[in-house]
Amino acid sequence: MKLNNSVRKSLITGNKTLNDVTEDVCKPLESMPSMLWISAFLFSVMVLISGAYTLFMTVFEGIGMWGLNKTVGWAWDITNFVWWVGIGHAGTLISAVLMLFRQKWRMSINRASEAMTIFAVICAAQFPLFHMGRIWLGAYWVAPLPNIFGSLWVNFNSPLMWDVFAISTYFSVSLVFWYLGLIPDFATIRDRAKGKISKFFYSALSFGWDGAARTWSRYESISLILAGLATPLVLSVHTIVSMDFATSVIPGWHTTIFPPYFVAGAIFSGFAMVLTLLLITREVFNLKDYITMQHIELMNVIIIITGSIVGIAYITELFMAWYSGVEGEQYAFLNRATGPYWWAYFCMMSCNVISPQLFWIKKIRTNLIATFILSIIVNIGMWFERFVIIVTSLHRDYLPSSWLMFYPTVYDMGVYLYSFGLFFTLFFLFCRFFPVINMAEIKSILKNENKIS
Amino acid sequence: MAKSKKNFLIGIYEDEDILLDAIKTIRKNKIKIHEVFTPFPVHGIDDVLGYRRSKLPIAAFCFGALGCTFGLSMQSFMLGIDWPMNIGGKDFIPLPAFIPVTFECTILFASFGMVGVFFVISGLKPWANPTIFDKRSTDDKLVVVIDLSDNVVSQDNIISVLTDSGTSEINKKNFI
Repeated sequence: MKLNNSVRKSLITGNKTLNDVTEDVCKPLESMPSMLWISAFLFSVMVLISGAYTLFMTVFEGIGMWGLNKTVGWAWDITNFVWWVGIGHAGTLISAVLMLFRQKWRMSINRASEAMTIFAVICAAQFPLFHMGRIWLGAYWVAPLPNIFGSLWVNFNSPLMWDVFAISTYFSVSLVFWYLGLIPDFATIRDRAKGKISKFFYSALSFGWDGAARTWSRYESISLILAGLATPLVLSVHTIVSMDFATSVIPGWHTTIFPPYFVAGAIFSGFAMVLTLLLITREVFNLKDYITMQHIELMNVIIIITGSIVGIAYITELFMAWYSGVEGEQYAFLNRATGPYWWAYFCMMSCNVISPQLFWIKKIRTNLIATFILSIIVNIGMWFERFVIIVTSLHRDYLPSSWLMFYPTVYDMGVYLYSFGLFFTLFFLFCRFFPVINMAEIKSILKNENKIS
Repeated sequence: MAKSKKNFLIGIYEDEDILLDAIKTIRKNKIKIHEVFTPFPVHGIDDVLGYRRSKLPIAAFCFGALGCTFGLSMQSFMLGIDWPMNIGGKDFIPLPAFIPVTFECTILFASFGMVGVFFVISGLKPWANPTIFDKRSTDDKLVVVIDLSDNVVSQDNIISVLTDSGTSEINKKNFI
């Protein structure tokens, strides 16, 4: 019997059976890799290797290889860091916050977006580490370790220190959350595996999962608690990243609006990246029955909401600068919008504030190509947002004699390229060896979804 | 000493609602269920099987409290006692500045501790060698396993109860 639901359509189309779910999701893992996958994978490995050369040179020669100068001490590198961390927000948000809100549409997309989160955080964390210059001494600077000074400890008053703890906790907890979800699916693959090697690996990965009702009951209960723990964690991470700026005394940085503004921006760019990746994944792996137009539309709705919050934040910033009556503050924002970096500000405004408003139109919201293009535009805009905040606030500081411009060198760009190479290499490996859709969760809603037409 | 093999009756079900009713019927007939294996979490199954709610949230709370204490005392010891330093004229133990790291430690300990306890009590480990009664139980079948040596009800009676409850097939297997 089919039920007509006026609120929403079925989340899984094509009248799938339980076995169909297993077959559809496991197929890419069990067949030979396609030429498309091989060429895409090799391309990202090539990008990774060529980027790694510039990274090696940076470590070998020092960060003087980058375009930084006395006035602009933070630029591309920290921009990339904040950008990647922002992207890394969607995964855990989808799996934790949407789980607490009982949003069933998360189930088709949580696995891939959590993977994206983990890879994005891996990319992000490297930027501040390499920015320290002598990375081999980094452990003493970022971790509270006993040292030769009779243990002169790290400064826990510093938001940079908070960031070390926030990012590493976020990474570890997201990894655990992701892996916990993977265990039942690994067991499914293990029980289907034909080859000896794959059987061995998936047995180890599945931790001996047998699907016993008692284990499922515990599993459900800890998933909920983990979601409850991860929700404030997600919000805290970008809050603390924003405090790297907000607790300083630099005009343009020390604004109290930063924490919510950064969190909204992070969710905004994270969802955009999820869309970019999933639109390709569903096409290549033929998962259109699981990641339906409804999923895409819902993600686009989140992009409108967070994009609008980001837009309000930009305007509030301008208002506060004017309303503060502080000339330095007013100049920082005037310089941002009309100074030598006006083009970056223009990119940020048009990509982040104007372009997502197009999603109010249903035709655009439900168009795959438009969504794909806009999702990339959003992430370009979000990169420029961080660039604008960081560089324009620094390059004209308190003394006009020290005003300088920042020009990236090929090494700045190379290290950014390296992070892209790493991200896509990891993502392609994930698509090849791990189930991209959470089979167990999909199966649990399948019966009800099949009833809805 | 080699363990003797046990006989198990394995009832296969296709649908979660039929399974829930079946478990009720089986238990009403005083038949002890060894365990139920499902490819996905079936809601309400712990109630019909009579499982008590998991106490893992308590473990999470305890580990969280431990993490909170650890984070706060680590920072206070390092900056307040071991090497006090005047940073911006703040207190040696500036509590508001310690909130973020304390919070992160709380979350880290709570989640790792809880998941760790879950792995231990559920016997989940990379080198585990689980007994899989029916391989389809991780794909599309819901499997009820009954240990014959653990039941006083005769095998024929159990089979007839299972058949009436809507199984699609019943198998008998030996396992250690």
